[in-house]
Amino acid sequence: MASVAFEHVTKRFGDVVAVEDLDLHVDDREFLVLLGPSGCGKSTALRMIAGLEEPTEGAIRIGEHRVDGVDPKDRDLAMVFQSYALYPHKSVRQNIEFPLRSRKVPPAERTQLVQDAAGQLGLSTLLDRKPRELSGGQRQRVALARAIVRRPAVFLMDEPLSNLDANMRTATRAELVELHQRLGTTFVYVTHDQVEAMTMATRVAVMSEGSLQQLGVPQEVYDRPANVFVAQFIGSPPMNVVPGPVAAPLGVGRDDVVVGIRPEHLMIGTAGISAIVRVVESLGHERHVLCEADGHRLIVRCPAHGDAPVEGDAVHLSARPEHLHLFDASSGQRVA
Amino acid sequence: MAVPVQAGGAEVVVGRRKREWPLAVILLLPSAVVFGLFVFYPLARTIQLGMYRSDPFGGLGRYVGPSQYWDVLTSESFLRSLGVTLKFAALTVPTGLGLGLGLAVLGHQQLRGIGVYRTIFSSTVATSVAVASLMWLTLLNPSIGLVNQALTKLGHEPIIFLQRPGWALVSVAMATVWQNLGFTFIVISAGLQSVPDELLESARIDGAGPWRRFREVTLPLLSPTLLFAFVVLSINAFQTFGQVDLLTHGGPLHSTELLVYHVFQRTSNDPSTAAAEAVVLFGIVLLLTLVQLRVLERRVHYGD
Repeated sequence: MASVAFEHVTKRFGDVVAVEDLDLHVDDREFLVLLGPSGCGKSTALRMIAGLEEPTEGAIRIGEHRVDGVDPKDRDLAMVFQSYALYPHKSVRQNIEFPLRSRKVPPAERTQLVQDAAGQLGLSTLLDRKPRELSGGQRQRVALARAIVRRPAVFLMDEPLSNLDANMRTATRAELVELHQRLGTTFVYVTHDQVEAMTMATRVAVMSEGSLQQLGVPQEVYDRPANVFVAQFIGSPPMNVVPGPVAAPLGVGRDDVVVGIRPEHLMIGTAGISAIVRVVESLGHERHVLCEADGHRLIVRCPAHGDAPVEGDAVHLSARPEHLHLFDASSGQRVA
Repeated sequence: MAVPVQAGGAEVVVGRRKREWPLAVILLLPSAVVFGLFVFYPLARTIQLGMYRSDPFGGLGRYVGPSQYWDVLTSESFLRSLGVTLKFAALTVPTGLGLGLGLAVLGHQQLRGIGVYRTIFSSTVATSVAVASLMWLTLLNPSIGLVNQALTKLGHEPIIFLQRPGWALVSVAMATVWQNLGFTFIVISAGLQSVPDELLESARIDGAGPWRRFREVTLPLLSPTLLFAFVVLSINAFQTFGQVDLLTHGGPLHSTELLVYHVFQRTSNDPSTAAAEAVVLFGIVLLLTLVQLRVLERRVHYGD
């Protein structure tokens, strides 16, 4: 049980700044998701907690202890890698047992702990198999079992679901949330998948180009994105962002702002921004109407059934004032 | 209707095979001629020669049959030479593997200028046996050699490396280990690169120190590579000739007379016995090669 804190941490690889002045406090028992596109520095941040990379500047704390410079094994944490990093020549049992043997846990206790961990993840019947004899989902469970077996203070996960197929991923998301609740341990979870962030995180930290963009509860980040990057990164399809003058019919019209409107908040009617329908995508449960207004693309989310425009139609798009997000045109930061 | 269809399919295949025969022959001919002329024909003649007893004038001599192979296998000189060869393999293979592994692990570190060391460590693959042997001949020279100069500086008597029965084989082994080191280094380095970083990082987080990481993660994943290098070095040991010819001529007192050199020396005065010995040597190397092929096969299917 421990909190994790980045205190003005910067990491440079030669001339490349991977993480810039990251100041972030992860509470004890929190499920914090580091979210961002590839190359945004989220994995580097995670690896700095693990001790696989050392910060160039700043401090990292786990609980009360400053850990930068401390060997990974003395940080009391476990990590699940994207590739699972299972030892191919060891059986499932030996894989799960490895952290215990490294730390000289007596054999009798080891057996008990391995059985507990395997039982929790439904691996009890697979203990004598080799990783290559397991499915992707089972391998992922072995990696999780190996992480929980020692009851570390902090769990680090680096895109642990990205090698699973879509169904497995959905099922495992719920299991991870359950595991987090059961263990009551701090989780720091790296992903580029906003759905994982929205569904699992107690708080999400959105990163881009090495710096923290926004930190908050998922719903809050979705409802009030701090800047254009966050607005467009979270949400699928992404938020529509158009220059102020284009949104003039909605009552904005200022040219020092850009206006963001989520696709579900745009309504097709008789008043508002005039646009031409370019493509209508049907997803089964809903339809996405891609429109073009003054050279800008706008996506409208419509119900799957009922009237909808077709390609080439001239339409008018409107939105309620409380659904408009205003961002500064030059900095991209939220104004209202 | 599956059966006729299948039969028809088979006929089509047979028909195509028949049509492609001439092309296959044309394509295979060049290598068949080269191999036939320079490998299979000499091999067949050697096996045949091994069943004759040489006459003093260099002719084929009298047919004595396959029994000569048994005579050769049990002859004192052949067994002595086989013993020397085994001792030579025992001296060169484990040392070569150990040093190669050590250098490869050193060369695997991410250090400034490591490329220079990697190049130096692998450079012996680009050295011919003749050059390597001459270099060692000079290094081991009793009066001007660097090794003896160093020994004298340390207060030790000079050692006549290549003329003492106890030292000669060790000296040839040293030259051979050095010569093979580049190959071993390259092969093991390649093996090390195939060990995923994430496994070692995971082991580090899981509390394994450098030694445990090496023993429990790196070494097992490297074992197919090490097995491969082991077999190749063993075959090399059984085929060693150049170093012996240039450094010791098999002496003193036959103490460095490895199998190939032994056969070579026999050829001039007793070609048929030499032929029989060569065939036995061929059998030994063939066996090692089969082991090697099995190893390579396993290497391909290793891991997940």
